[in-house]
Amino acid sequence: MPAIAAHHLYKVFGRKARGGVDRLIAGEDPAEVQKSGVTPAVIDASFEVQEGEIFVVMGLSGSGKSTLIRMINGLHPPTSGYVEIYGENLTTASGRNLRRIRRERISMVFQHFALFPHRTVLDNAAYGLETQGVPKAERRRRAHEALELCGLTGWDNHKPGELSGGMRQRVGLARALAADTDILLMDEAFSALDPLIRRDMQDQLIELQHKLGKTILFITHDLNEAMRLGDRIAMMRNGQIVQIGTAEEILTDPANDYVAQFVADVDRTRVLTAASVMEPPVAVLGGEQGPRAAHKLMREHQQHGLYVVGRDRSLLGYVTEDEVSNSLEKKDLTDLISPITTTVTRDTPVADLFGPSAATRLPLPVIDDDNRLVGVIPTVTLLSALGAQSEAATPADAGVADASDEEAVRA
Amino acid sequence: MLDLHALNLMPRIHFGDWVNKVVVWLNAHWAGFFNAIHDGLDSIVGHLTNTLLNAPIIVVVIVLAAIALISRGIGTAIAAAIGLLLIDSFNEWSSAMQTLALIVVAAVIAVVLAIPLGILAAKSRIGSLVIRPVLDFMQTLPAYVYLLPALFFFGLGSAAGVVATVIFAMPPGVRLTELGIRQVDGEMVEAGQSFGATPRKVLFGIQVPLALPTIMAGVNQVIMLALSMVVIAGFVGVDGLGQDVTAALSNLEVGPAAEAGVSVVILAIYLDRVTAGFGRGELSPVSKAIRFLRRQRTSTMAVATSK
Repeated sequence: MPAIAAHHLYKVFGRKARGGVDRLIAGEDPAEVQKSGVTPAVIDASFEVQEGEIFVVMGLSGSGKSTLIRMINGLHPPTSGYVEIYGENLTTASGRNLRRIRRERISMVFQHFALFPHRTVLDNAAYGLETQGVPKAERRRRAHEALELCGLTGWDNHKPGELSGGMRQRVGLARALAADTDILLMDEAFSALDPLIRRDMQDQLIELQHKLGKTILFITHDLNEAMRLGDRIAMMRNGQIVQIGTAEEILTDPANDYVAQFVADVDRTRVLTAASVMEPPVAVLGGEQGPRAAHKLMREHQQHGLYVVGRDRSLLGYVTEDEVSNSLEKKDLTDLISPITTTVTRDTPVADLFGPSAATRLPLPVIDDDNRLVGVIPTVTLLSALGAQSEAATPADAGVADASDEEAVRA
Repeated sequence: MLDLHALNLMPRIHFGDWVNKVVVWLNAHWAGFFNAIHDGLDSIVGHLTNTLLNAPIIVVVIVLAAIALISRGIGTAIAAAIGLLLIDSFNEWSSAMQTLALIVVAAVIAVVLAIPLGILAAKSRIGSLVIRPVLDFMQTLPAYVYLLPALFFFGLGSAAGVVATVIFAMPPGVRLTELGIRQVDGEMVEAGQSFGATPRKVLFGIQVPLALPTIMAGVNQVIMLALSMVVIAGFVGVDGLGQDVTAALSNLEVGPAAEAGVSVVILAIYLDRVTAGFGRGELSPVSKAIRFLRRQRTSTMAVATSK
């Protein structure tokens, strides 16, 4: 069962909102509908967020993302469609039930923190527990723990006004975490922070997520933030979700020109991983093969060295053309194999491949957890992955870039 | 040719007759109700006046100065003491205490009515639409127009003065409460709601506390308007500084009128500074000290319970 399921959500503002939705469902152009005096904010948004997932909704201001997140916890009732939280319909829930679902399931972090200035930091963090009816001593203890978890100690009895922006948002996060709900809604939670602190908070959120395994719905207008945090990303434009996918899917296979333009200036080397640029080795050698066969294979593929693998494809080492041609009389390659010093795994970001790539003369080997060779990355492939689009690559390398795109789609 | 000057556009609407009839009818059929209010208000104001007058002047001065000390600090407290003693030296002490009692009762009633009405106006669009014109009416209708009916219903004495003062002084309390609550950051309200707080808890735990400075500015305005009404109430025989002013003026005695007038000003400034002090976000050093001591105690208690 998904933690959050949004079914065909529409939100239209204005007097004849319902009529606006009917016209949108009938296929009328949103711009036309808007001319009649109603404002479509969210149009036919459907998605599911699985338990433990970080799902990012990414869009520019006015794309309807803030309205969308407010429909998930019922702050804005949808004009049409409904939301399910762990299978329970939130949209049709009575006021009392809605409040129960919010208390037990969902907490929220706000763009401008929305801390209560008349309460101390500790009482702010304890707010969710207060609405849950947790006794005072226990909620203070748990709120204190949440503040410590968010890296904020010694400020319990201060007022939020005495804290810096980054610290205030830590309180906002602690307030949401202290409530101990399954789902965290984060509405542009880091957008008001300066870049260094934002980066810090992102790292901390990822770390907390590993520790606590919350389901997080994160709203942002910052694509790099979306790519860093999101297990999956929904791209929104003018109230519509135009694409849902992993960061790599969106980068390598944008659904339309809008997304493509948008992702054009993303730092691809941070998002793409070795898995998306590696390719199958042109040839590998078995340890029992002889030098002559090896030499022939190298000639055929114009390689000056090849990797040697065992029967289970585990990586044994490599041999170079020079060594092989000097020892053509030997029975097998065992004495000629040089050990591998540099390997990377599938998950290594492209940005971290350049050093290792420069340190090895052969294409960089990519191995899995069992030391099996799963692919290689020639330097030229690595460089072409840097180019924003495969068209930008030289004709000779175009095939390579296409292959890596396909790889990413399957990943 | 058509004579435009002779054109009769509207029939005569006998609004005044209707009002007359309503007043007469109310007086005849609701006399018991009005009498009860009259008796109640008279006795409250009377008791408060007696308390203020029976206490030694120096005790009253010290208590009022102490309130100023808590609200704003030592400077205001000293100024308050000097001002109050000045009233005594003008021989206006008993009138001033009568006026003070009437203002306190009228202001408390006005605030008690104004804040819930302001909350209603902030919460409901229809409430706001209904309340607004009524407030305009209360604020702009010349005071004498309802002072007279008040006399009909409540007779001579403080009750009529209290009712007229409440009508005149209440509107800014309602308006500023509505404004204050509407101005509370929407994200704060959403924060409360998103954690599952009930509408009641959002109102009293978030909206009212955050609107408090604005609401207190409204309370301050209520008190100031109440004071200005008190002088007018002197015309209908409400005891106090207002009556001293009108009596002196009708005898063309400028001197005594000035003494009573200055006493009104002293009371006004005192009440304004003290209520404004309570309305400010920051507190006087004295109340900060009190709060600090209280916080020390609760935190040591918290440590004790956690151990």
